[in-house]
Amino acid sequence: MGVKIKSMKYEDFEDNETLELFKQSGGNILFTTLDGIINWGRSNSIWPLTFATSCCGIEMMATGAARHDFARFGIEVYRASPRQADVIVVAGTIVPKMAPVLKRLYDQMPDPKYVIAMGACAVSGGPFVNSYHIVKGVDKIIPVDVYVPGCPPRPEALLYGVMQLQRKIKLESAFNKKKDK
Amino acid sequence: MTNQELKDNLQRIEPTATIEEGKQYLNVTVSPEKWHNLATQLKENKELAFDYLFNLTGVDYGDNLGVVYHLESTTHHHVVVVKVATNRENPEIPTICDIWRTAEFHEREAFDFFGIKFTNHPDLRRIFLDEDWKGFPLRKDYDPSVNPTY
Repeated sequence: MGVKIKSMKYEDFEDNETLELFKQSGGNILFTTLDGIINWGRSNSIWPLTFATSCCGIEMMATGAARHDFARFGIEVYRASPRQADVIVVAGTIVPKMAPVLKRLYDQMPDPKYVIAMGACAVSGGPFVNSYHIVKGVDKIIPVDVYVPGCPPRPEALLYGVMQLQRKIKLESAFNKKKDK
Repeated sequence: MTNQELKDNLQRIEPTATIEEGKQYLNVTVSPEKWHNLATQLKENKELAFDYLFNLTGVDYGDNLGVVYHLESTTHHHVVVVKVATNRENPEIPTICDIWRTAEFHEREAFDFFGIKFTNHPDLRRIFLDEDWKGFPLRKDYDPSVNPTY
């Protein structure tokens, strides 16, 4: 009885994280290894900013709490100051009056910094898109790395978004500075 | 005090007011000129003693603008709803924040969204929207394109 192996297309072999990393570093094995170590450390220790403007914030708190516990993925200590944060999870509706505050918080964060747009409001304006007083997506103000749709997204969805961000960080190179933002 | 007793009492205090029973509360409609005097009576009168303003809402009726006040007495536990209507061109209603202090912020909110001017208000300016906001967004004829969108 033969074992049936799930077939894999040839292109899928190209779509390989290690290979991408290798290409990005120009084929330098030493830097690739160093990058791998550095990015492993960075991606598993993302400190989020304590920032939430509405119901998505409740879901974000649930994600941080015991049942879902996203400390398992290293996105761990909520920082009360943007100076100590790596990622800002925009959890909730942003109104034009809040927009300058959000921009300032983002500007105060030290590089490298990342943004997760959590929920329909932060992604596009959500249910309030036709309202008189809404920022139709936070990407109008700050660059967004990961969009997590949902209204609000379940903790699993946010966890998935966080893992996508970790993948993104793992593809960066500390030596070949190529910012793709 | 029952709604019927309230009705008789209020009619005696303010004969020009129209009073009708709503589904839940007693609805009193009064003109802006008489309103401040009636409000003082509602608060000061020992039998009425409406010491708690628990809601203040601005309304766009179409032809005119208005404010709806929900009042409760924490000693007698009776409730009354007062409706004050004003014109659309120059909407002015006397403030009652000297009687119920909580109205100070509520009136600013009604001013912010409906542009109702509360005369003698100590600090009538926008509360939620930006200072340079144009127009009043909860009015039926508000045009959203006058303000910049993001």
